[in-house]
Amino acid sequence: MSESAPTREVARRVFADEFNDATFTFKESDDERAPLYSLLPTGAKANRVFLVGTLTETEDVGEDSEYWRGRVVDPTGTFFVYAGQYQPDAANALRELDTPAYVAIVGKPRAYETEDGTVNVSVRPESITEVDTATRDRWVVETAARTVERIEAFDEEGNEYARRAEEEYDLPLRRYTQAAIDALESLDEADGDDGSADARDEGVAESV
Amino acid sequence: MSDIQQTAEQLHDQFSEHLDVDVKEIKERLERYVDEYKIPLDEARRSVESHYLDEAGIERDELGRGGNPTVQAADVDAPDEWVDITAKVVDLWDPRSDSVAQVGLLGDESGTIKFTKWAASDLDELDEGKVYHLGNVVTDEYQGRYSVKLNRTTTITEVDEDIEVGDDETTVEGALVDIQSGSGLIKRCPEEDCTRVLQNGRCSEHGEVEGEFDLRIKGVLDDGTEVHEIILNEEATTELTGVTLEEAKQQAMDALDTTVVADEMRETLLGKYYRVSGPTLGRYVLANDIDELNDPVDGESVLIKARSM
Repeated sequence: MSESAPTREVARRVFADEFNDATFTFKESDDERAPLYSLLPTGAKANRVFLVGTLTETEDVGEDSEYWRGRVVDPTGTFFVYAGQYQPDAANALRELDTPAYVAIVGKPRAYETEDGTVNVSVRPESITEVDTATRDRWVVETAARTVERIEAFDEEGNEYARRAEEEYDLPLRRYTQAAIDALESLDEADGDDGSADARDEGVAESV
Repeated sequence: MSDIQQTAEQLHDQFSEHLDVDVKEIKERLERYVDEYKIPLDEARRSVESHYLDEAGIERDELGRGGNPTVQAADVDAPDEWVDITAKVVDLWDPRSDSVAQVGLLGDESGTIKFTKWAASDLDELDEGKVYHLGNVVTDEYQGRYSVKLNRTTTITEVDEDIEVGDDETTVEGALVDIQSGSGLIKRCPEEDCTRVLQNGRCSEHGEVEGEFDLRIKGVLDDGTEVHEIILNEEATTELTGVTLEEAKQQAMDALDTTVVADEMRETLLGKYYRVSGPTLGRYVLANDIDELNDPVDGESVLIKARSM
């Protein structure tokens, strides 16, 4: 890829547990249209995220116009997804989809402060599509890999966003390593279940 | 063949369209400089060239110049350069217009490059699979993609050897995170050698035109570390979506809206993982092959690494 071409930013892979901790947002220029980044505690800036999880609940929480909230669960926690009139495709998807369903979401991280001063982190989706188990499992492995890579690079010299994360958050990285381990182990368990089911099916086939 | 004979033949080729002069006469002129006046051959060549330029009443620029750099297909990186290239005709395409005699793909060890041969240049036919030395072709660029144009001063010499055409294919993987505007059912400019995609019925070069329908996907593959832009042509798009150009036109007709085609594609394709292989053009990977990655993944190595941290 040519260096000079304006390049699109990567969609970060981050588990819900870490994503919801990313309460600090910033811009890198004074331009009004400059992209807004959320600072991931493992030391990366995220202007866009890609996530896959189970859509467990959808609700129209809008007052004057439709404003849809979806809860998307991954092995570590819950993403909150909000789509209104400016995200018509995503709002449409939240309105139409039956829960539970595996969904893949491309979106922008958003953080807002509530009246009591806590910061809530959510996703403003660009697209929401229904996907299958294989895609969801692939995402879990990929997200674990990217998370572990960020943690590995955290102490490297010149890791600007890691230094910034140290300043802004006082969060032990161990937690995110453990979340990645738990997420991967949850896949193994699920695979084990599938395996025994297959074995039973075969048993039935043989007896017939 | 003597150097003088060879130079005389080259000069003859250069001037054959402008002057009625035979190789023998040119050779004699060269020999006078070289043998009688002891002038180096390249200097003699220049003098003889000047003489015939005067005689033909043309400028040096209008001539095919000798001494072009010889380039490799993948090394062409600037437009409007006069170069020589030895390459194999890998593929011949159907010319979209009468002004083009032949259009296709040339390949050498380094990779491939598109070529265009104008009908007005009146050159010999190139055969697919044969290797040619092409003298005096001009490089061109369109949207980051380079090509060479054969013109009336181009010399075509068949070379009796085979070239193993280099593989400039690349393979990328990732989640399809975006299907960009300009995807789905599109219209292209029908003007000669244009094919630009129309915006609201207008070509950026030719203005308002009656477009020709085409089907394609411009997408973004993202693996969380890198972003790759991919383009699927009609064939690859149909292979992936199962929707043919005719069906896409029907969908658009039923909805009275061409955007439904891309919307449908977004709904079925986004958020899934794909592996795409094909040549790179500028910042795009042209998808010759696209496969969904839906086989089970093994998280064991990541797990071992995470546990060791």
